[in-house]
Amino acid sequence: MRFVEEYRDANRARALAEQIAALCEPGRQYKFMEVCGGHTHTIYKHGLLDHLPESVTLVHGPGCPVCVIPMGRVDDAIAIARQPDVIMTSFGDMMRVPGGSGSFLDAKAAGADIRMVYSPLDALKIARQNPDRRVVFMGIGFETTAPSTAMTVLRAAAEGVRNFSVFCNHVTILPAIKAILDSPDLRLDGFLGPGHVSTVIGCRPYGFIARDYHRPVVVSGFEPLDVLQSVHMLLTQLAQGRCEVENQYTRVVPWNGNPRALEAINRTMELRPYFEWRGLGFISHSALRLREEYAAFDAERIFQIPGVRVADPKACQCGEVLKGVLKPWECKVFGTACTPETPIGTCMVSSEGACAAYYNFGRFTRRRTEEVTRA
Amino acid sequence: MCLGIPGEIVALVPDRADLAMVEIAGVRRAVNIGLLGGPAGGVGVGDWVLVHVGFAMSKIDEAEAAATLALLRGLGEAYTDELNALAGSDIT
Ligand code: SF4
Repeated sequence: MRFVEEYRDANRARALAEQIAALCEPGRQYKFMEVCGGHTHTIYKHGLLDHLPESVTLVHGPGCPVCVIPMGRVDDAIAIARQPDVIMTSFGDMMRVPGGSGSFLDAKAAGADIRMVYSPLDALKIARQNPDRRVVFMGIGFETTAPSTAMTVLRAAAEGVRNFSVFCNHVTILPAIKAILDSPDLRLDGFLGPGHVSTVIGCRPYGFIARDYHRPVVVSGFEPLDVLQSVHMLLTQLAQGRCEVENQYTRVVPWNGNPRALEAINRTMELRPYFEWRGLGFISHSALRLREEYAAFDAERIFQIPGVRVADPKACQCGEVLKGVLKPWECKVFGTACTPETPIGTCMVSSEGACAAYYNFGRFTRRRTEEVTRA
Repeated sequence: MCLGIPGEIVALVPDRADLAMVEIAGVRRAVNIGLLGGPAGGVGVGDWVLVHVGFAMSKIDEAEAAATLALLRGLGEAYTDELNALAGSDIT
């Protein structure tokens, strides 16, 4: 039986840190992106930067689905929620995300019927219980939550629930990684692959990063030692001149993902030609919408959606933070105008957003990290 | 929403092959297990699963479940928010 301590053991962390240092070529700088906000959280919470040599920098990626929802989509959702017979349902994470004219919470205070749910199945239940209302579920998230929305749509269809629909904002992680690899702003040496997304999509889809971009990828768990071990695996690949996809998190992530979950997504959803990401702009084939066959459950076809585009606030530098170009505290409004209580940008709203993670845990390691960034 | 929370299957639901009663951090809730099973191997009472927004996404072992729970507890508010949301969940 393995114990929690095994993933936290200070001696093992120290031993790993030494091996990591030994793998670094003198004079070479390494920049690895942790794609997932969960990793960002672990890194700050456990001060992992203190275990890494100065030549290794971890930069945060776009893997926080709440953080990448553009303001216009929030406004569109609120426009739906304001229709007289609508009940809008949403995960709690979404409630404080600011749109161009306020958040779900603001709209709720102003009288819209917006309810927090834990699962899209709870939203479906609300629809069953309120046959005279139109119940809309705000679908957000990467491949970790898209299968749940897909399964709920399938269930609604099987039951013939007619007053349930989904405002689909599900995004897919791979095109975002590709956009970052294609952007000239940032030179990366490898990726810590997202653990939970990979339980669904598996490890194979990251192959293009190794093949076409010649960067190693290691799908990583969330314990401090997982992250250190993954950094070790990345450095080992580089030292041996390899670029491959490896799975550090085999105890949860199967190489082929979850075929049933992928099937549910494919049956009900298709890629949109393009979708706007907050801070990153339009990325082609980066989001999902419901297929024609499920039009009866598609809020975008049922309701008039204003489809407004709202530019991100001038002060906000979430795009740079999401791309890993800026560290959270380098944003001009970090910790002053923008805090978790009064977020300007989305990275401050979700606990997995880089700015919130740093605000809550990171201040202690700040001096150390600043040194690294300067170096 | 991004948090996968480990839970232990404590009962299967008669007549509903896609539902199981799962105990998650002391809360007992129905969870959809329709994404598990098949040739990959089904789940039964005593198995641990990682639950995302009401759906079991993968089967895990008990040690992994314990480690993940410890990690989640360390998240503080994000974890309690998720548990509160879960407590309000009543899927069928
Ligand atoms: S501090 Fe606020 S505005 Fe600046 S990048 Fe972070 S979330 Fe965006």
